[in-house]
Order: sequence, then structure tokens, then C-alpha cells
Amino acid sequence: MQNRKIKWAVSVTVLLVLLAGSILFAMMVGEIRFSLNELIEVFSKKSGIEYTILTRIRLPRIMLGVAVGGALSLAGVLLQGIYRNPLVEPYTLGISGGASLAVAITIVFGLNLSIGGYVLPAAGFIGSVATVFIVYLLSMGRYSININKMLLIGVMVSFIASSAMMFLMSTTTNENLQSIIFWVMGSLSETDTLLIKIVFFVSVAGLLASYLFANSLNALRLGVSEAGHLGINTGLAIRILFIIASLMTGVSVAVAGVIGFVGLVIPHLTRMIVGSDFRILLITSFLGGSIFVVLCDIVARMIIAPNELPIGVITGMIGGLVFIAVLGRSNATK
Amino acid sequence: MLQIKNIVSGYPGSFLLDRVNIEIPSGVFAGIIGPNGSGKTTLFKTITGDLKIIGGEMFLNGIDTKQMSSKERARKMAIVTQAFSAGDVVVEDYVLMGRLPYKKLFQLTDKKEDIEKAEKYMKLTGVDRYRHKLMDQLSGGEQQMAAIARALTQEPELLLLDEPTSHLDISHQVMILNLLQKLNEEYGLTILMIIHDLNLAGEYCSKLIMLNKGKVHISGTPDEVLNYKDIEEVYETVVITQKNPLSGKPAIFLVSGKTMNKVES
Repeated sequence: MQNRKIKWAVSVTVLLVLLAGSILFAMMVGEIRFSLNELIEVFSKKSGIEYTILTRIRLPRIMLGVAVGGALSLAGVLLQGIYRNPLVEPYTLGISGGASLAVAITIVFGLNLSIGGYVLPAAGFIGSVATVFIVYLLSMGRYSININKMLLIGVMVSFIASSAMMFLMSTTTNENLQSIIFWVMGSLSETDTLLIKIVFFVSVAGLLASYLFANSLNALRLGVSEAGHLGINTGLAIRILFIIASLMTGVSVAVAGVIGFVGLVIPHLTRMIVGSDFRILLITSFLGGSIFVVLCDIVARMIIAPNELPIGVITGMIGGLVFIAVLGRSNATK
Repeated sequence: MLQIKNIVSGYPGSFLLDRVNIEIPSGVFAGIIGPNGSGKTTLFKTITGDLKIIGGEMFLNGIDTKQMSSKERARKMAIVTQAFSAGDVVVEDYVLMGRLPYKKLFQLTDKKEDIEKAEKYMKLTGVDRYRHKLMDQLSGGEQQMAAIARALTQEPELLLLDEPTSHLDISHQVMILNLLQKLNEEYGLTILMIIHDLNLAGEYCSKLIMLNKGKVHISGTPDEVLNYKDIEEVYETVVITQKNPLSGKPAIFLVSGKTMNKVES
């Protein structure tokens, strides 16, 4: 039991070092490349066009990647814990579908042009929270919430939302269509520092809050009834964890669009390495998600530079391939 | 001591338990018996808190269980259910989960005291031999033992078990029940279990409660409860009751249809 503490400390340290490395790498590469020395030089001078590029464009983008990656991955871990199902991810519950639909409606009716400002992120956030609320209300039983029913309703709501969105997309103008598609595919190009700060704050707060329920999540691995027998207030824990996961997904989707697969692949890979104890799984999944999204964003920026690919394309492709490779290997060794 | 007073409980629309009264004094090894559908599981789930009490009251050491928080309850009462999937939880972690009712909200590490208790009960139950395995790699008997070790780590006053010997061969049945008997006699632990096998119930329990159609049909010592009249009435089956020649406890023999026909002709 003592060895485990050391193993956990090593895992967190390794991930922190990897995250720092990825952030540094992301600062260095791009249309203008910087060597490590040049970076130090620019930052010590604190002026000039290079300094502006790094602090106004690259750094906010990286921070958004760190926050969104961590938030989505953590939301995945929490939902998988609640549902005791490793295949659930934030988007299975229709959260992204609802957000995308709300954004599509906003664009089709031109609300983003007439009101402007934060309308799109606000619509995304409202869409995702509203969806969660609907799914939650529909799955309330007479006495308690039915978790499996909730999952099915989430999948159905997701289908309904995506069908409604396809309807809007097939009837709207080309220009609107482009904006919708761009948003749906996800991007870290948001430059508004207030929005980025909000996402960052919410994701870190979510990580801390979820630690209040690390013991509950561990007990829930035995099932709701067994966890209850161990003195866990399962109803309360599940509700609050669900709200945390929804908020994390909501703010991520609102600012960065739909970035799929992070919440599914990263928790899975982390679990293979550190095991299923939520006390270590929460932080390592968060850090793993951050690293993954920051790295994928580098690829998205570089592959067809000076244009950029939607990051959702990269996370889906790399995530899926890595996942299949790792699963294949772990099966081979068994 | 567990006191159940006028309990009405069950699933909405069909309240199976109808004003049931049961008293389990401290230090007793009690068994609940009864045919399928007699309300054993409903009673068990009502005591564990999985089913809401519709009417009546339940007291644990004089305290109304409705007034207890779920943590308090888990410190006084440990539950071993029949079938549960603990999946990829490592055995020693599972046993340590027995200390969860004692943990504070933000307490993420295990105290020395918690680890010592888990170690103690893993040794006592023999679970320490496979402590590094995953729960779903264990056999039925090993899993049952791990569950008992976890329950003991809760250091409860009352241990509740739902058919702890079902699906086990006779050697494992006897092993589990011997352990429970030792816990009862040497450590003074109060035990209440649902048990199907009347012979095991008669051999090990000091008090039996026979349920029938949601009511207590008869309760008392095995000698009082396991008589052929009550068994035949409740189970609607012909049996012969005798004494175990070594222990002197009641032993029940079944009579097949063929034998019955022979006897009647």
C-alpha cells in the first residue's frame, strides 16, 4: 500500500513534466518558429511583435487547450464512474448535440450578427445545460433517478438534436452552413481572454470539487446499492457529479465547439496505466486530457499551415488510432 | 440489538411485509428462513435500507434507524449481499473500503489505523492470500470471504448476510459458516442471515425466524422452529425431522414422491 503512493506521485510528476513540455513545444512551433533560446529572449524583452504573437495568440490558445482537454477528460471519467460504463463520454448524453443545435439556431436566425458579442458561446452553454436538464427530468423515476434510463434518453436526445440540426443545415444559406460546420468541428482559436479565463477557472474548480467525491466514486465501483451500504449518500453524490460533468462539458463546448473523443479515450488510457482508483484517476485524466488536446492542436495548426484543421478531426483520428493500437497490444499480451 | 416493530414494507402496489415484528438480541446468531416469496429478501432489503419502511419502526441499539445518517448506519451495520460485481477492484482495496463510513469528506488517504484493521480482518478470514488479485478473478467462495472481510473492517455491531452459502459447495458452506460462528462466539458479533438450507440453519443458528406470506410464522430456537408440522405447513412439503447424532441439532430429511407413494400404498 506504501508502494502505491510512490507510484501515484511518479505518475503525476511525469504528467506534469509532459504537460510543461507540450506547452513549451506549442509555444515554439507555428508559422513563426522559436528556438528555446529565442523564447527566453522574447520573454525577457517583453516587447515586440514576437512577444505579442506569443502572449496574445499562442499562450491563450494553449491555455484554452489545457482547460478544455482537462475538462472534457475529467467529465468523461466522472460520467464513466457514475454509469459504471467505460464507454460513456460527455457527448453520449446529448450535451454536445444540444449545444450544437442551440448554436445552429442562433446562426440560422442571425442572432449572432444582430446581438453579437458572446452570443455564440452563450448559446452553446445554454444548449448544453438545457439538454442535461431535459435528460435529467425525463429520467427521474417516481422514487429515484434511473441511471440506465438516463443513458438511453441521453442517446435519444442526442439523435433528435443532431437530426434537427441537419434539418437546419440543409435548409439554410451556404454562408450560415459554413459557420455552423466550423463551430461544430471545434477549434481553440477563441482569443477572448475573459472566456478563456472562465473555462480555465471552471475546469480547475471542477477538478477540485470532484475530489470531494473521490471516495464516493470508488465506492460506486461496487454498484449504487453496495456504495449505499458503505454509508455513501449515493443520490447526492451522483447528482452533484453529474452537474460537475455537465458544467465542464458545457463551458468547453461553448468556447471551443465540439471536440470529440477526448472524454472517452484519455480516461481509458489513463485507467490502463494508473488503475481504476479515482483518487489518482481524476488528476491523471485531467492532465492527460490537457496534454492530448495541446498536442493535437499543434498538429491541427501545422498540417495544412498556414490554414488550420478543425481540432475535432485530429483528436478523433489520433485518439481513435492510438486507442485501437493500445487495445490491440493489451489483448495480445493477455 | 435489532428491533423491528410493526414493519410494513415492499414494492409499491404490493406491500409484502405486513406488520412484521422481530427482535434480534445482541450476541445472537440468527437465521431467517422461509419458502421462496415468503418475504425474506424484502425483509433483508428493508433492514439494509434499500427499501423504504412504509409503516412501523426499526431500532438499532435503541436508536430509530430513520434518525441515523447513512454513515452512522454503516458503522453499526455491515451488509454482505448475495451477488454483486466488484469488477476491477483489487481485493485489499475492496476490504479497505470497509473504512469508508469512518472517513471524512476530504480524507483521501487511509489512516494507519484503517490499514491495520483491514490487515487484521484479511488475516482472520484468510483473504490475505489473494489480496493482490482483482475481485472478479476470485471464485464464489473467495469473493464471499472478501465481502465478509470488508464487512468486518466496518467493525459493525450487526452483520447482515443474504444467503452467504448459496452457490457454494459443502466445504465452502461449512467454511463460511464456521467463520461466522467463530465471529459470533469469540467476538460477540450479532449476526442475522437469510438462509435457504434448513439443515445449515438448524446446525449453526441460535435463533430462527420462519417467514411465510409476509408474516412471521414462528420464531425461536432451532428445536422450536424446525419441527415437521410447521415446516410442512409453510413449505407444503412432507419432511422427517430428527436429531444430528453428533450435535443434537435438528436435521431434516426430505421424502421423494416415489417414497411417499410407497408409504401410502
